Amino acid sequence: MKKSKRIAKYIVPVVIVLVVVLMAAVPSFTDPYKVVLLRTILMFAILTLSWSLFSGTTGYTSLATAAFYGAGLYTTAYLGDKLPLPLIVVCGGIAAFVLALLMGAITLRLKGIYFSIFTLSSVELIKQILHWYEINIIGVRGHYVTRVNDVTVYYVLLVITVLLMLTIYLIKRSRYGLALSSIGSCEEAAAHIGVNVVGLKVLTYAISSFFIGMAGAIMATAMLYIDSYVAFDLNYSFFPTLMAIFGGLGNILGPLVGAAVFTYLREILITKYPYHYMLIFGTVMVLTILYLPSGLIGLAQNIWKKLTNPAPEKGLKTEGGKHADTSC
Amino acid sequence: MIAFINVLVNGLLLGGIYAITAMGLSLQYGVARILNIAHGEFIMVGAFLTFVLHTKLGINPLFGLAVAGPALFVVGYLIQRILFKTLKDRTPTPAAFEGSSMLMAFGILFMVQSIAIFIWGTNVQGYSYLAYSVYLGDIRFSVNRLVILVISVLICLLFYLFLTRTRAGKAIRAASQDPDAAGLMGVDINKMLALCFAFGAMMAGFAGMLISMVFPIYTTMGMQYTIIAIIVVVLGGLGSIPGSLIGGFLLGIFGAIVSAKDPGLNMAAYYLLFMVLLLVKPSGLFGR
Repeated sequence: MKKSKRIAKYIVPVVIVLVVVLMAAVPSFTDPYKVVLLRTILMFAILTLSWSLFSGTTGYTSLATAAFYGAGLYTTAYLGDKLPLPLIVVCGGIAAFVLALLMGAITLRLKGIYFSIFTLSSVELIKQILHWYEINIIGVRGHYVTRVNDVTVYYVLLVITVLLMLTIYLIKRSRYGLALSSIGSCEEAAAHIGVNVVGLKVLTYAISSFFIGMAGAIMATAMLYIDSYVAFDLNYSFFPTLMAIFGGLGNILGPLVGAAVFTYLREILITKYPYHYMLIFGTVMVLTILYLPSGLIGLAQNIWKKLTNPAPEKGLKTEGGKHADTSC
Repeated sequence: MIAFINVLVNGLLLGGIYAITAMGLSLQYGVARILNIAHGEFIMVGAFLTFVLHTKLGINPLFGLAVAGPALFVVGYLIQRILFKTLKDRTPTPAAFEGSSMLMAFGILFMVQSIAIFIWGTNVQGYSYLAYSVYLGDIRFSVNRLVILVISVLICLLFYLFLTRTRAGKAIRAASQDPDAAGLMGVDINKMLALCFAFGAMMAGFAGMLISMVFPIYTTMGMQYTIIAIIVVVLGGLGSIPGSLIGGFLLGIFGAIVSAKDPGLNMAAYYLLFMVLLLVKPSGLFGR
C-alpha cells in the first residue's frame, strides 16, 4: 500500500504535465471538430472544478454556477469590442467574483437545502430582471458578439484550467485548505477551534466563481449571440453539479474525469439520439446518485483496493456518500 | 377602488390555483423530506392527461379528478418505494438525504419531461371550458377560476380532515414530527413516507387538471410551477396544509398586484419575494 502511494505521488504530476502538453499540441494535428469538442470539455471541466472547490469541500450545494457563468458571458457582451481579449477575460472573472461576494454575504445565514434553492432562484431572478431591462429600458433583446477563432478560445480555456488546478492544489495543501475541509466535516466545531467560518466560505465562493466568470467571458466569443435566456441557462448550474458527483468528489481528478466523460457521452447522445438524450441523461443522473455516491473515481479506487488486497477486513464500512457528508 | 377590488379578486382566484399547486409539495417536503423539484412535471402530466381526455374523448375536464389524481398517486407511490427509499437506505445522514434526494428529483424531472415531449410534443396546447365571466355589480369573476377556487378549497378541507381525524392521517403527522418515536409506537414509517409522496403526486395531478382549465399548457411548463410551489410552501410553513392555502392566497394577491403594474416583472417579483423571505424568515409565516 505504502509503496503504491509513493509511486502515485510521482506519477500523478507527471501524467498531468504530459496531458497538458498533449492538449496544447492537439489543435496542430486534429480536425476542427475535435478542437470544438475538447473546448466544450475544458469549459465544463472549469465549471465542475470550480463548483467542487467550494461545494465539494464545504458541503454547501451551490446551484448558482449559471449566474457566474452568465456574468462572464455578459461582460464580453458589453465590453467585447472595447478591450483586448485577455483583459475582457479577467473582467469577466472579476464580475463573477463580485457577484459571488455579494451572494455569499447575503446567504451566510442559510444552511443545506435552503442555500441550494436560494442560489437556484438567484439565477432565475437575474435572468428575469435582465430580460425585463433589455425589453423595457434598452428596447433591444440580446447582444451580438464578435467571434474569436476556436483555437484561440481553446488555448485560453486550457490556460484557465491549468491556473485553476494549480490554485486548487495550492489551496488544498495550505492551512486555508485544511480550515476549509474542517467546515465541510463539521462547521460548528470548525468555528469553535477558531476558524473564521464566514470569511472563509465567502472568499472561497468568490475565488471559485472568478474562474467560472473567466470561462464565461471567453466562451461568449464562441457564441455570436447572447441574451439573458441563453446566458443564465439553469443547465449550467445542474451539469457541473452532476459531473462532479459523477466523477467523484474525493480529489481533484474526480471532477475532471467526470466533466470529460460526461461531456463526451453527452455529445455522442445528442448526435446519435437527439430525441432520447434527456431521458438517458436523467436515467444516468438517478443511477449515479443511487449507485455511485463516490463517483467514477470512487469506483476505480474500490476496484483497485479489491485487486490489491483481495480479502478486505470484515466489519469495515465501505466508503460512500462522501459528497454530502455533513455529519459531525 | 373598483379596479383595486378587481385586482384583489383576481389575486384570490389565482391564489386557489397556487394553493393546490403547493399542497402536494408541502406534504412531500414537510413529511418525507424530499424537495421534489419534479413536482411541476407531475402537474404537467396531470394537465396533459386531462387535456387528452377532454379533447380526444370529450370527457368533462372535472372528471380528470378521477383519472389524473389516482394515476399520479400510483406513480408517486412507486417512485418513492423504488427510488427514494433505496436512496434513504444508502445515505448516512438525513441532511445528506435531503441534498441527494433533491438532485435525484432533478433526474426524475429530466426523465418525465423527455417522455412527455416524446408523447405530446412541445407545442402550446389548451382548450376552453367555462370560459366566461359573471358580474357582481362592477366586479368581474371568471367562472372557471371560481370553480377552481371552490374545488381547491374543498380538496384542502378534505385533506385537512383526513390528516387530523383519521388513523392514517395521524400516523402521517406523527411520522413528520418524530420518525423514530413514531416507528417505536408501531407506525410503519416507510409506508407512511411512500403514502405521503403518493398523496403529494396526487395533489400535483389535481393541480394539473385545474391549471389546464385556465392556462395554456406545454410540456416544459413544470419548472415554473415547481418554483411557485416552493415559494408558497416556504411562505406558508412546511408541511402545513392550511399554511399552503393561506400562502397561496397571499402569493396570488401579490402576483395580481404586480401584474396590474407590469406583467413583465411578475416572475422576477416572485423570486425576489422568495429570496427575501428565505433570508428573513425561512420557517415561513406560519411555520413552527
